[in-house]
Amino acid sequence: MSTNTIPLELTRKDFVSDQTVRWCPGCGDYAILAQMQKTLPELGIPREKIVFISGIGCSSRFPYYMNTYGIHSIHGRAPTLATGLAVTNPDLSIWVITGDGDGLSIGGNHLLHVMRRNVNLNIILFNNRVYGLTKGQYSPTSRKGFKTKSSPMGTIEQPINPVAIALASEATFVARSIDSHTQHLGEVLAAAAAHKGVSFVEVYQNCVIFNPDEWGPLEDRRERDDHMIYLEHGKPMVFGRNRDKGVRLNERFEPEVVQLGEQYTVDDLIVYDARSKALAMMISSMEHPYFPTPMGVIRQVSAPNYTEGLMAQIEAAQAQKGKGDLHKLYRAADLWEVK
Amino acid sequence: MSDIEMIEHDEEEIEELESVVIRFAGDSGDGMQLTGTQFSNTTAVFGNDISTMPDFPAEIRAPQGTTAGVSGFQVNFSSYDVLTPGDAPRVLVAMNPAALKTSLPDLESNGIIIVNTDTFTPTNLRKAGYESNPLEDGSLRGYEVHEVPLTTLNREALKEFTTLSTKDKDRCQNFFALGLTFWLFDRPLGTSGEWLKKKFAHKPELAAANAKAMETGFYFGETTEAFRHRYRIRPASLPPGVYRKVTGNEATAMGLVTAAYKAGKPLFYGTYPITPASDILHSLAPLRHFDVRTFQAEDEIAAMGSVIGAAFGGAIAVTGTSGPGIALKSEGMNLAVALELPMVIIDVQRGGPSTGLPTKTEQSDLLQVMFGRNGESPMPVIAPQSPSDCFDMALQAVRMAVRASTPVVMLTDGFLANSSEPWAIPNPDDIPAIDIEHPSAPSNGAGEPFLPYKRAPETGGRPWAIPGTPGLEHRIGGLSKAPLTGNVSYRPEHHEQMCRERAEKVARLAEFIPEQDVFGPLEGELLLVSWGGTYGATRTAVQKAIAQGKSVAHVHIRYLNPFPRNLGELLQKYHKVLVAELNGGQLAFLLQGKFARPVLTYSKLHGQPFKISEISRKIDEVLGS
Ligand code: SF4
Repeated sequence: MSTNTIPLELTRKDFVSDQTVRWCPGCGDYAILAQMQKTLPELGIPREKIVFISGIGCSSRFPYYMNTYGIHSIHGRAPTLATGLAVTNPDLSIWVITGDGDGLSIGGNHLLHVMRRNVNLNIILFNNRVYGLTKGQYSPTSRKGFKTKSSPMGTIEQPINPVAIALASEATFVARSIDSHTQHLGEVLAAAAAHKGVSFVEVYQNCVIFNPDEWGPLEDRRERDDHMIYLEHGKPMVFGRNRDKGVRLNERFEPEVVQLGEQYTVDDLIVYDARSKALAMMISSMEHPYFPTPMGVIRQVSAPNYTEGLMAQIEAAQAQKGKGDLHKLYRAADLWEVK
Repeated sequence: MSDIEMIEHDEEEIEELESVVIRFAGDSGDGMQLTGTQFSNTTAVFGNDISTMPDFPAEIRAPQGTTAGVSGFQVNFSSYDVLTPGDAPRVLVAMNPAALKTSLPDLESNGIIIVNTDTFTPTNLRKAGYESNPLEDGSLRGYEVHEVPLTTLNREALKEFTTLSTKDKDRCQNFFALGLTFWLFDRPLGTSGEWLKKKFAHKPELAAANAKAMETGFYFGETTEAFRHRYRIRPASLPPGVYRKVTGNEATAMGLVTAAYKAGKPLFYGTYPITPASDILHSLAPLRHFDVRTFQAEDEIAAMGSVIGAAFGGAIAVTGTSGPGIALKSEGMNLAVALELPMVIIDVQRGGPSTGLPTKTEQSDLLQVMFGRNGESPMPVIAPQSPSDCFDMALQAVRMAVRASTPVVMLTDGFLANSSEPWAIPNPDDIPAIDIEHPSAPSNGAGEPFLPYKRAPETGGRPWAIPGTPGLEHRIGGLSKAPLTGNVSYRPEHHEQMCRERAEKVARLAEFIPEQDVFGPLEGELLLVSWGGTYGATRTAVQKAIAQGKSVAHVHIRYLNPFPRNLGELLQKYHKVLVAELNGGQLAFLLQGKFARPVLTYSKLHGQPFKISEISRKIDEVLGS
């Protein structure tokens, strides 16, 4: 989402609240918090216009640590509060902080609808594929077979893919990043903030206590580039530490990883188009270890957002009928007079 | 139509009555709600006091011709004050056998029945569960029955409308019946005629056909020998003023718009469709020019969440729902208690438990809204007493919410929501403003840290600082908190202090609300206590008892939490206290718990309001007379 900006001299420190951060040492949440506090001053949005709203879960403590307006609400419901707030004051920069359990399990319905409505706000979903705060049960994004206290023989459930859900919900901005790649994360957060309408960002986050190996090489500075692909609109899908690999569309219209060199060149690769929903849908199923995991802006289209639509209706109604007049309202019925 | 109004009547034929109750009943596709509404509008404009009550099935189109599919609309109109839609109709318009069957038990003995004989076919009789034709088997003996081949007469009358199908013509049948009742009660046709022109502005042929049906019905009464009398009910002597008819849901909507207007703020109404509350949304949705921001959420939970967000943002934030919706909203309502933000939750109660009786009335959510949340979660609860009182109480709900920075529940019910009465239109300029002060950084004191939970000494409310205000950035949440700062705190003394402060500020609203008034003697044998939509029946029964010299008084409670400050004392002034309510005894439970005063209960769970006669009988029973 975006709002009117005015130049301001804010620094990272202006966004740090006086509350002690209480995540486990090493938790990926720290990096996300730090990137947020670093990114916000660069956006030029006055601090008082920024609001963080969260649900319940480890990630949902986030608002307490941001020196902005904020609500730590109830499990899964943050998008609903954010919608009411956005409708009341379309001028705000509203950030919904949620997790895989909060946003996709108990709050799945709300997440779907807030994206469908294209409410002007930013949703950051911290995905660690496990329930942290309740001490380690599997979540709706946990891999099949994942053994936890509530699934000692492994889960028998098919996980869902947050990006695919966002695309299916017609989100106008869908992106992905990872806690440990701070520079990339900062760029994605800034891009989300700049988008007008709903922005959905999935952040792979490391729960060092209950699911420390989930992201494997993606969390490794030296290895990650061989396992991720940084999407860029209008650019061929090249990846790899040495930029020697790419993704092409094969004869069965499926993505295929190829080695660049004699058989394939950059010209054979898919040129990424962030406006294409079909392309976005297709690459949303790509995932490490079979594919490089797509990172960056997966989809971005511009569409009228909810609050714009609502304000336009208010203006149109006032232009047509004049500003509301209580005298007229009370009298819009059959009247009679008693003398 | 003006020529009809000028028809010379033979005055001899007209019988003067003080009041009449009429019920229109038919299949849910017969347009009975519309007929009843049109009859009430004309009657109200004519100057009678009225009280109306629709009664319709939960199914949109229940099987045709069955008793399950009967839709009724009852109007009590009078030359004096009426407070209820009336116990027993004197006149029944029955469009089919099923309508006759369901309404007959309610009809006054010697009542007048107008039936559409064309529908009394073997099939329809069977569908209604009649073994023999009641028009022929003598079972209607004692009633004044008018057999009208309404379908035939109506089709005949509309012969000239060659472009209309028979089905279209039959749809005008209800206006034929309406015209006939207009003749019977000596009402002009103008109001409905105007309505038809407006309603069918783009289909002039339908307007004309309905008008013709109505006129023909009127002429039919005039020319046929069958009707022995016409009736005249003179206008009531209501206090001077300009009046309109209003239902509880309409009045609620107008009260909310007025509150937002008087507060100089947008009205945010976040809701999910549910019977019988949806009409509030339908009334508000077209009011965008008042800066009304209606939001149809994806579910009840989301509706409640959106209202909390809107309240945080500084709107007059309101949601409306009914019992099953309140169950879902409890979680959000509880967060609202913890956040201490002003907002209003309207519960249009219906019969429960669970889905219960979606279209029928009950008062059985009182204990749920009082106690149905985890933890110590005090919330003010108020209840309007009549359709027009919904206007005043909606305003009052907003005032209380803002004063004590708290969610406030307004309990209406299916009866109040859909029934109507005349409303003396207030002058909006006379309604006091709702002053809201949002703190700003300078008012907070330069350099001082902002304390979001620093309470106002007079009210216990906390500052309503809204996003966008520089320097007052703060975080609130559902976790237990420290006083003043609102920072997360699990310290035992902090938790206890905050719980007590929240309870205290709700209790202190008793200083803001009016004292409880008493109707009748200030002490005596029996005090009848009621609340909500049962006001009309209880008040009328007490009026009658007092007129008969009985020692009975009436207290009708509009403020249920906190109770009016003098209520406990009042309860002690009578030998017996009888609480009449449409539930298993919920107010009685509260009163006994709060005041340790034993009370008798009169409870009814029919999905229908009290009848005056039921209360009268109970009064006599308790008095032992
Ligand atoms: S449990 Fe996991 S997600 Fe929660 S704070 Fe600890 S490391 Fe982070």
